Amino acid sequence: MKRIRTWFRTPAAPLAAAVAALALTALEARPQQPPQQPTDIITTITSVDVGTPPRYAVPDFLAITKDAETVAAAQTIARVLWDDLNFEHEFALIPRDILSTVPAATSLEDVPFERWREVNADGVIIGTVQKTDSGVQVRVRLYSVRNRASAFGREYTGSIANPRIYAHQMADEIHQNQRALQGVARTKLTFNSDRSGERIQGTIEQRSVKEVFISDYDGENQRQITANKSLNLHSVWAPDARSIVYTSYRRGPPSIYVANIYEGTGDELTKGGAGQNMLPVVSPDGTRIAFASTRDGNFDIYVMNRDGSNARRVTSNAAADTTPTWSPTGTQIAFTSDRLGVGAPEVFIMDADGLNQRQLTHEGYADRPTWSPSPYNEIAYTARTGAGNDIKIVDVSTREVRRLTFGEGTNESPAFAPNGRHIAFMSTRSGKSQIFTIARDGKDLKQLTRLGNNYQPNWSPR
Amino acid sequence: MRRAMWLVGLVTIGSLACHRNTQPVARPTPPPPAAVATAAGPSGPPAPPEPVREPVLVPPEPVRPDNITSNSLDELNKQGLLKPVFFEYDSSELTQAGIATLNENSTTMKRNGSWTVTIEGHCDERGTPEYNLVLGDRRAVAARTYLVSLGVPADKLRTVSYGKEFPFDPGHDESAYAKNRRAHFVITAK
Repeated sequence: MKRIRTWFRTPAAPLAAAVAALALTALEARPQQPPQQPTDIITTITSVDVGTPPRYAVPDFLAITKDAETVAAAQTIARVLWDDLNFEHEFALIPRDILSTVPAATSLEDVPFERWREVNADGVIIGTVQKTDSGVQVRVRLYSVRNRASAFGREYTGSIANPRIYAHQMADEIHQNQRALQGVARTKLTFNSDRSGERIQGTIEQRSVKEVFISDYDGENQRQITANKSLNLHSVWAPDARSIVYTSYRRGPPSIYVANIYEGTGDELTKGGAGQNMLPVVSPDGTRIAFASTRDGNFDIYVMNRDGSNARRVTSNAAADTTPTWSPTGTQIAFTSDRLGVGAPEVFIMDADGLNQRQLTHEGYADRPTWSPSPYNEIAYTARTGAGNDIKIVDVSTREVRRLTFGEGTNESPAFAPNGRHIAFMSTRSGKSQIFTIARDGKDLKQLTRLGNNYQPNWSPR
Repeated sequence: MRRAMWLVGLVTIGSLACHRNTQPVARPTPPPPAAVATAAGPSGPPAPPEPVREPVLVPPEPVRPDNITSNSLDELNKQGLLKPVFFEYDSSELTQAGIATLNENSTTMKRNGSWTVTIEGHCDERGTPEYNLVLGDRRAVAARTYLVSLGVPADKLRTVSYGKEFPFDPGHDESAYAKNRRAHFVITAK
């Protein structure tokens, strides 16, 4: 196995953790390693029992330098890696209490394979963390316990400020290496929150400020993106995961803005546009933004260029057409329309130029469609199911509908992970409005937010 | 001179007496010009008592706009001169009560022709946050369309939808919902 050295830039500004994560994401697009020759993939670790996922052991990493920061990082990386790998269920993770019964490796090479075999591990991930003059060096190996071959090896260097990013990158690379799966450990969420408790100035009623936030896919590293003390909604990622497009009421009527979160810059995209402009979604190729606007009277779907230029009307129904979502190829748009009756919205599909409009859902009340990435061809949406709402998923080809939530609180605003295997949504099941993730089979419900109320999640495409 | 004082006193008493039911707050009421002119003539004949009733007819309305123009927009909006219009569940149709309220609001707006008013559409928490923005827009537009039909200039009326973002009553029962399904009027320029 060729050892690959991956260099990460250490950010100069003390924005620390988040910026380090951003630097990682920024570098993701660049070739970090030469194209893999077929011979580079030495081993795919399998289970002894055919048809069951291989059992992985992920013990705490070995701190080569013994300072507290390195020791803490060695533990954090292993535990986050355990969670990241467990998230996709491609591997059966050996529980942490069993891991602690096996003595630690003394180096990357000196691994107690016999002991790992005793706990029925198929694979074991051994890692080391060492402080260097410029930061930290993290090395990792995935071994087959049966033949003691190294199936995967990497070496990472960078800042020690946020050890979690090393685990996230390892998890994505191991999923790619062993299962040819696009992991989501380095992806992020955006949502809006009233957690500041601030009230909007100049109104006679008590009105809560909502600002746009981002977080890692697991809810860690929650950071505020906007700070205009107004109503900010509908935040979505651009495909490069470097910009967030959202609706803001900061100047009165709602308008669409972009926040370039790495540059710290922003712009109003529907500047000077008449009417109310909201619910933006960036096309999969990043060149266009579909949105809803009342500029010609009532709500219709429009498409404009990424920079806000050349807005053109796509629907012109006398009823309201809103909440667009792009198909993975960018050739179709699903949207909500109440053309069947006020208070009775349904999801429709059309070509991206507005032709071929046809009804997709028959719920009586369905809204906020979100098209899954390939290979799934599904649309998740919110449906009224009683006193509250639930998340449902319709297969676009077969029109088969299945339900993801079952009346625990109200459940709204679904958003797919970029690999289509998970859905983020808002639920009131724990009291306030919070962001949850759930697997596409309805398992693995996880609450990500706890501060204030949090709404309308969107998952970064990478 | 004593007679003049007596006349002023009589005028004041008469004014107070006739305002007792509608204007409990005492206001300095100037004597009618006619009475003053009569009293000013030192050698004139005693004035007949009839003119004393004249001040009663001074309409109270002009006083209000004077106060209004001296207030900020925030203070103006706090007075609640424009009443909210309420809607049925999942509906943007004006109710009879809503039409009556809009009739009052149109009178107030016509009397204050310089105002620009933003009509905010709001919803209760049921339904999705996204579709409620549509419903809120429909409610604001319904109120605006009716006001324009009553002669309120269209260019003085803006609409904005807040969906279910800003409930008036944070409760989770029908009485809260009923208060939250509304078109709310905000004076944004005067």
